[in-house]
Amino acid sequence: MTALRAGLRQLRHYPSALIGMTVVLLLLLLSLLTVLTIPYSEAIRLWRGGEGVWDENPALARPTWFQLFSTRKLPQTIIVDTRQGGKTIADQPDGTRLVNASLRFEFHYDALPSEVGLWLSATYKEAQPFVMLYWRKPDGQEIAFEERTPRQTDRYFVSRDERLRERLQARSLEEALFGAGTRGDGALLRGTYELAVEGILFEPDADLEARLVVYGKIHGLAGTDAQRRDLGVALLWGTPIALTFGLLAAVGTTIFSLTISAVGTWCGGRLDAIIQRITEVNAMLPGLTLLVMIGMFYSRSLWVMLLALILLSMFSLGIKTYRAIFLSLKEAPYIEAARAYGAGSWRIVFRYMIPRVIPMLIPAFVTAIPGFVFLEASLSILGLGDPDIPTWGKLLFDAYTNEALFKGYYYWVLEPAALLMLTGMSFAMSGFALDRMFNPRLRTA
Amino acid sequence: MNDGLLQIEDLRLHYRTTQGVVQAVDGVTFALGPRQALAVLGESGCGKSSLARAILRLLPRNVETYDGCVRVHGLDVMPFDEERFRREVRWSKIAIVMQAAMNALNPVLRVVDQVLEPLLVHQGLQREAALARVRAVFQMVGVPLDFMGRYAFELSGGMRQRVVLAMALVLQPPLVLLDEPTSALDVLTQANIMNVLKRIKRETGTSFMLITHDIATSSELADRVAVMYAGQLVELSDAAHFFHEPLHPYAQKLMASVPRLREAKKLAYIPGRPPSLIDLPQGCRFAPRCLQRFARCEQDPPMMHAKDGRQVRCWLYE
Repeated sequence: MTALRAGLRQLRHYPSALIGMTVVLLLLLLSLLTVLTIPYSEAIRLWRGGEGVWDENPALARPTWFQLFSTRKLPQTIIVDTRQGGKTIADQPDGTRLVNASLRFEFHYDALPSEVGLWLSATYKEAQPFVMLYWRKPDGQEIAFEERTPRQTDRYFVSRDERLRERLQARSLEEALFGAGTRGDGALLRGTYELAVEGILFEPDADLEARLVVYGKIHGLAGTDAQRRDLGVALLWGTPIALTFGLLAAVGTTIFSLTISAVGTWCGGRLDAIIQRITEVNAMLPGLTLLVMIGMFYSRSLWVMLLALILLSMFSLGIKTYRAIFLSLKEAPYIEAARAYGAGSWRIVFRYMIPRVIPMLIPAFVTAIPGFVFLEASLSILGLGDPDIPTWGKLLFDAYTNEALFKGYYYWVLEPAALLMLTGMSFAMSGFALDRMFNPRLRTA
Repeated sequence: MNDGLLQIEDLRLHYRTTQGVVQAVDGVTFALGPRQALAVLGESGCGKSSLARAILRLLPRNVETYDGCVRVHGLDVMPFDEERFRREVRWSKIAIVMQAAMNALNPVLRVVDQVLEPLLVHQGLQREAALARVRAVFQMVGVPLDFMGRYAFELSGGMRQRVVLAMALVLQPPLVLLDEPTSALDVLTQANIMNVLKRIKRETGTSFMLITHDIATSSELADRVAVMYAGQLVELSDAAHFFHEPLHPYAQKLMASVPRLREAKKLAYIPGRPPSLIDLPQGCRFAPRCLQRFARCEQDPPMMHAKDGRQVRCWLYE
């Protein structure tokens, strides 16, 4: 304990280590919070998306903080629902009933919304209700939408109604709905908009609800992708996955190569020769290419990749470095003394040889972590990421396939890239400082 | 002789080097009983340390020949395989305090854990039970108990030596080999360690084999003396007679080179150099440096029995 405290006190002299370790700690905390608040199954459900998960998110919306860099006030998503009130039902003499609902919202932004969508949900036994829709702009102009006979749930993307656009002769329906004049080539109108829903119900128990979604252009802290998914989920869940992958790969690789090298050096002879030959052959093999092949032909599971990676890198050239240390250590008097008092080979290897090199190992180990994090991202960027799990690399892959940079969705690329760089930097800074702490010869003063 | 603690017969240990075969231990025969301290004297490079290694079978990789007979309590241990030897002989029967014992401590272990190691390895004791034994042995060698939690580098040379000694004694072996246990220490510490050894010998009845070139210190502890020259024993004698009157010309010269406290005499030296163990002289190995050599010395002398049960490898005593 005292040694630990002394080590921490020593750490004060290395600002880079303090910064690096703080960031590492924050990343760890973020991972912990993420895992606790968004369980794995939930994260996968969110990331797979599907019906009803992200319906109310705008597609390709920039993050909210993008507003800081824009002089125009960008629209947020507006949702109005008849369940919040404003619906009246009147009985008719012929036994039908008349539903009247008015979905009103205020619009005071400087840009057009990205889309307009309407969800109608009807309750009925056999006869579907009949619905008429009227769009009223602040200047009093009215646009009639197509009549509809909704099923239980009816999704009507107004923005994609080509017939309506042709009828209005507008360039785009957003312009037609939010601009002055019927064709929408006038100025953007600010004020109160209204969608009037008039429905006829043919059954006594029938009912009708409507929900209008005016999609904005900014969303959440991270923005959304082309499938309306909140990038935040992938950014958050990418953190524990990147850290776990990096840590497990680094731990696995170092422990295995250290043990292999120590056992080989201690036993010497044929075993040592075999280990050295395997290492040399393995050094010639292109690791990434092998991983790509495994991803293409066998499995893209993150854990299969991790295992393959550990298997490939435990016979890395690091074994040669460790062997050089162990060879001199093997002849040390205290090892001979251990042999004299009858310590077995395992005891000597694990209690005498390996603990001696651990101080030299820790900095290298810490600096190795981001390498594995980047490798995982590289695999994902190549399209070999785990299909289930959202990761930073996967975001970059999606951004690439959606031509994000070409289309100007910089946030899509910059957010995961920034997190990757932050992770790399924090571990590197900690690692370099640890190196100086454990190897006094590197200290300048 | 069969109830002897340790019997060595014709023990040979030759090393292979690029220059040729080094005959470090070449046909050594002696026996050691319980409660005895044997001092093995000789110049540097005469094979003293190799003798200790050969007894404990701590061999380097370049061994050319390793044969002879080592009996512990009358049982020949040479046919034992490495594993059985490790479990039944090393440390439990014969422990060793290495040359440069200060480096014989694991730098990443606290000394208490270091001394615990043999107990854990050989007796499979629980830590708590073993700790009691460690405390006892630390008290015996005179290491303060509050040093137990320290690392080797936090101790002085003398204390480290005592810790190494504690490690050798912790299993209560009947025999401890001491390979120059005091060579790197100052005179006062040397005297302290020798006193500790004497007390342990008196209190526990442990036998010692003290390997040294320091005749003065060895005389304090030794009951018997073996003089080694060029890989062979040249004289085997009880201490009282040996220090009074050595028989072999080499032993005589050796004794003449030791300063005495109340005697103003000019110290003698031995002319020439010790022979190379690779290219040994024919006949008596000491003959080229011997002032008393004669025709017979052309032939290799066997171990001869002299008066008072002493043995000497010299034609003068035929």
